[in-house]
Amino acid sequence: MILNIPIFQWAGIIGSLVLIVFILDLVRRRKLGENYSLLWLGIALVFFLFSLSKQLLLYVANVLGVYYAPAALFLILIVGLYMLSVHFSLIISGFREKITKLSQESALLKEEIEKLKENK
Amino acid sequence: MNMRKIVIIPAYNEEKNIGNVLRELKECWPDCDVLVINDGSLDGTAPIAKNVPGVTVVSVPFNSGIGVAVQTGLMYAKMHGYHVAIRIDGDGQHNPQEITKLLDPVMNGEADVAIGSRFLERKNAYPSIIRRIGQKIIASLLSLVIGKRITDSTSGFRVYNENAIDLLCAYYPVDYPEPEEILFLAKNNFIIKEFPVSIINREQGKSSITAVRSAYYIIKILLVILISILRTPIIKSR
Repeated sequence: MILNIPIFQWAGIIGSLVLIVFILDLVRRRKLGENYSLLWLGIALVFFLFSLSKQLLLYVANVLGVYYAPAALFLILIVGLYMLSVHFSLIISGFREKITKLSQESALLKEEIEKLKENK
Repeated sequence: MNMRKIVIIPAYNEEKNIGNVLRELKECWPDCDVLVINDGSLDGTAPIAKNVPGVTVVSVPFNSGIGVAVQTGLMYAKMHGYHVAIRIDGDGQHNPQEITKLLDPVMNGEADVAIGSRFLERKNAYPSIIRRIGQKIIASLLSLVIGKRITDSTSGFRVYNENAIDLLCAYYPVDYPEPEEILFLAKNNFIIKEFPVSIINREQGKSSITAVRSAYYIIKILLVILISILRTPIIKSR
């Protein structure tokens, strides 16, 4: 049965497993925040499921009207990565806002401190 | 009631101009409080400004753009209880003697925000025809959207009353602040009025918008304006 699995499927299974282990290890070593890891793990898990079950992939490919099943896998992957990129842009925009607020407050406080020092 | 006024000058690498701007300003308005927001300048802007008596300098730790600089100034004004904020550019293109033209209508309640327009009277020659066309497109679209004629949407010569200071401290547009600020204020039912001012051609340094970038600028600003239409106002009723 194992021998019947085509090579691309093996690549998918191993690749997604490696990805899951890699993400979990990053979280374990506290390099990656738990909340940021969830989306990555979700994508890897979906990829893993599709790699594991050819029937599921064929079904989804059929529903999507994709003739070549592995292409559906790539499509799912690309959509996942796209969502992830938007998610990161959102986080970056939030950071920019916070950094701006911080820099403004630090500028105003610095001026305040200088004034206090002069009046001493 | 005695209204406390402050002049806010955002400045980025203006060491060649800022000294003259401050001196002229102090000549016309010796008693007025002046605040220079040094937007992460790499040159001598901050020390030169600090040397002028009666001038306060607030330095943003790194270059953050004109919008952040102006908002920092308005935050300072709010923090220190000023009732009116006057914004002029740091490159000497605005004539400090003309501040009264914008100040009076705000002081007597005729407008919440007064904007100095270069194009309301046709006496100012404009350096580049392409930029003039770009200005025209932006101003026309803006006028259409807010239902009020605006001739100079990118003018940096403005006077704000206390309510406007409050609102702009809460939110200030970042990327292309001048036109978006008009839109934002209009959306929140503030009374904006333009008044003609003259323009002094820039003495030193280059404008932050070069001719090459104009087309790109227009496309982006159109997007900004179109998206702003979809936003709901912060203040529901006024």
